[in-house]
Amino acid sequence: MTFFLQNVVNALQWGSFYGLIALGYSMVYSILMLFNFAHGDIFMTGSYIGVGVATGLVALARTGALVLPNWIILVLTILISMFLTALLGIAVERVAYRPLREAPRASAAITGLMVGIILETGNLILLGAQRVKFPSLIEPASYEVAGVFVTNKKILIVGLSLALMLLLHLFVKRTKWGMAMRAMAFDYAVVPLQGVPLNRVTVLTFAIGSALAAVAGIFFGIAYPVLDPNMGILFGWKAFVAAILGGRGSILGACLAGFLLGFIEVFVATIFPSTLRDLIAYSLILLILVFRPHGFFGEAYSAQLRL
Amino acid sequence: MALPEPRTQSRGETASAGEPSSGMVRTLGRKIRRRLVSVPLLGWLMAGIVSVALEQALGARLASALGLPKIPVLFFLGVVKEPSLAPQTLAYVAFIYVLPCWLVARLATPVANAAASALLRLPLIVTAALHIALLYGSLHYWTELSDYRLLTVKLTLIGIILTFSLNLINGYMGEFSCSHPGFMALGAYGASLVSVPLFGKSVLFAGSPLLPAALGPYAFPVALAAGGALAAAGALLVAVPSFRTRGDYLAIVSLAFMFIVKSAVENTEVVGGPRGLAGQPDWATLPAVFAVTLLCIWIINNFVTSTMGKALNAVRDNEIAAEAMTVDTRRTKTIAFLFGAFWAGVAGGLFAHVLRYINPAMFGIQQLAEVLAMVYFGGLNSVYGSIVGAVSINLMSEMFRPLEMFKWIAIPLLLILVMIYRPLGLVAFKDFDLRTLFGPGEPEA
Repeated sequence: MTFFLQNVVNALQWGSFYGLIALGYSMVYSILMLFNFAHGDIFMTGSYIGVGVATGLVALARTGALVLPNWIILVLTILISMFLTALLGIAVERVAYRPLREAPRASAAITGLMVGIILETGNLILLGAQRVKFPSLIEPASYEVAGVFVTNKKILIVGLSLALMLLLHLFVKRTKWGMAMRAMAFDYAVVPLQGVPLNRVTVLTFAIGSALAAVAGIFFGIAYPVLDPNMGILFGWKAFVAAILGGRGSILGACLAGFLLGFIEVFVATIFPSTLRDLIAYSLILLILVFRPHGFFGEAYSAQLRL
Repeated sequence: MALPEPRTQSRGETASAGEPSSGMVRTLGRKIRRRLVSVPLLGWLMAGIVSVALEQALGARLASALGLPKIPVLFFLGVVKEPSLAPQTLAYVAFIYVLPCWLVARLATPVANAAASALLRLPLIVTAALHIALLYGSLHYWTELSDYRLLTVKLTLIGIILTFSLNLINGYMGEFSCSHPGFMALGAYGASLVSVPLFGKSVLFAGSPLLPAALGPYAFPVALAAGGALAAAGALLVAVPSFRTRGDYLAIVSLAFMFIVKSAVENTEVVGGPRGLAGQPDWATLPAVFAVTLLCIWIINNFVTSTMGKALNAVRDNEIAAEAMTVDTRRTKTIAFLFGAFWAGVAGGLFAHVLRYINPAMFGIQQLAEVLAMVYFGGLNSVYGSIVGAVSINLMSEMFRPLEMFKWIAIPLLLILVMIYRPLGLVAFKDFDLRTLFGPGEPEA
């Protein structure tokens, strides 16, 4: 039982990464009906931006110019990286997606894929293939609750991720901009005629998605302090599958699918040899899609309804 | 994934008309273009033969006279590697390729045009055979001079098969499939599992060939077909859940399938697991690869011009309307998908026998990006597009190889530009008509 609970804790952390990344895919997919294949690499870039910002702030604090306790550095790192990565997401939208808005969606998917490759190669060229270490900002502490070990990092990561997901949910359901997004997901063609600024809503979508990916990247850096440029591929494609599994336009669905993927992976790795992880995870996803082709919370729709 | 109606703007030569360019450049461009199309294909093939013969006779001597260490292997593409030798390389290319081509195009056009018109009166198969023989002849002698050339040509031909078979799914059918590397892997391993235990040497199997090597050439088609059949069987697993509903589920299911295949191979120790499988017999010679490529183009082109192919286009343009016009959409899509997967498997089998070593890491996201790049660069729904895409991406990636990592910045950037200015690819929606292809050139006005 404790063994099981211990793995649940691990899976929750692992699933938070997938959930946060999947949200970015899911939002773009529901509003623009577009596969944002660059998103995995935006996540990767976001985590590198996080390393840069954190390292810079730590160095600044060490010079004594400013008195910065570690928790302020962490908060600042998260906020600044979210902002910078959101700018990156907006730039990607500008370069790769906006010029192709009238083009077939497949062509836009290709430009996204290519932007992803450029981000990844650019990272390799700038930083080389060596792995980058995330500065440790949190004094590790471990608590034992009913035989299960929980670290303060895990509590922070899972708690903040859930809070962000809730915040996004409230944003989409309660605010005017959120309503604009939902309306655009419902009908992309008519909503701009009602005075909803299409470009601004799109930019906002990309910015929010990329900012969440940056948070996921920083959390990943906190939990596993070694980053490498391929993590965009490793995580991105799986989170993409999770986003679709959640159902089109469903924030709850994307989060749940992310956590489900985390659970599957952690439990497969503990029970079977870990080389079987991808095989079993993807086979289960395929099986779920056979029985629920529109994902957990998706509604039946036709891609051809979109212009 | 539905493609919209191809707009006239992205269809043909008119695209450049809207761009701001000075009048002189445009007139010059039009002049060159008219000069180029006035030469029939036969003329270009003759020019190719002349160039190759010239290189065989004079290439080595010319290279040493110019101070080049060896003959430039892939035209001027090596310039990127050694910029200091650029003038010599360009001089070599000008003398061996450009000058003879220009001369032949200039002098032999009337003869070639007369010959092309005469050939058109013969049965089409004779004309086609003559053109193919000329093309193969020039490729054969061109690749004789360097093993690197031979490998590049073989991989490019395999790239054409891959591109055309994916074009069948993504272009003609208008879906978005991501599982081509998976089908390639199935084909490569399927074909190798026939050829390696029976004819090859491998530590994994008996160690010595089970059948005499003389039977090899007959077994190669069997091995390729086995690989293709395995890939098609795998495609059935993707097709059954994906085509029950409309929408984008093929993209997800096929992506998951690709990862499943890769992971499954990695976990199968019988075929070597992540270490890969070596020892394929040396069957994939240039004639074999060339013949399979031609066969593939011929058969898939027949498929897409058949009633089934027209139904496929109808499904892409409007699935509901196609269904109303008595097209069994699910059956049509499944058959086309399996057909495309079969050829991807054949390409995978050829790939395994060209490199004579395969491992599961070869069939991952990078391969997917490459195949997708070839399809969308060249152009959807077109034979020419598939050929242009496969040849240009392959040559470019050889050209940028010395740049190492910058290669993966240069090619994606180029592809983004192509997508922005011609979203359907360079030569999309162009009919493949042999009579126009083999016919005489347009007269210069």
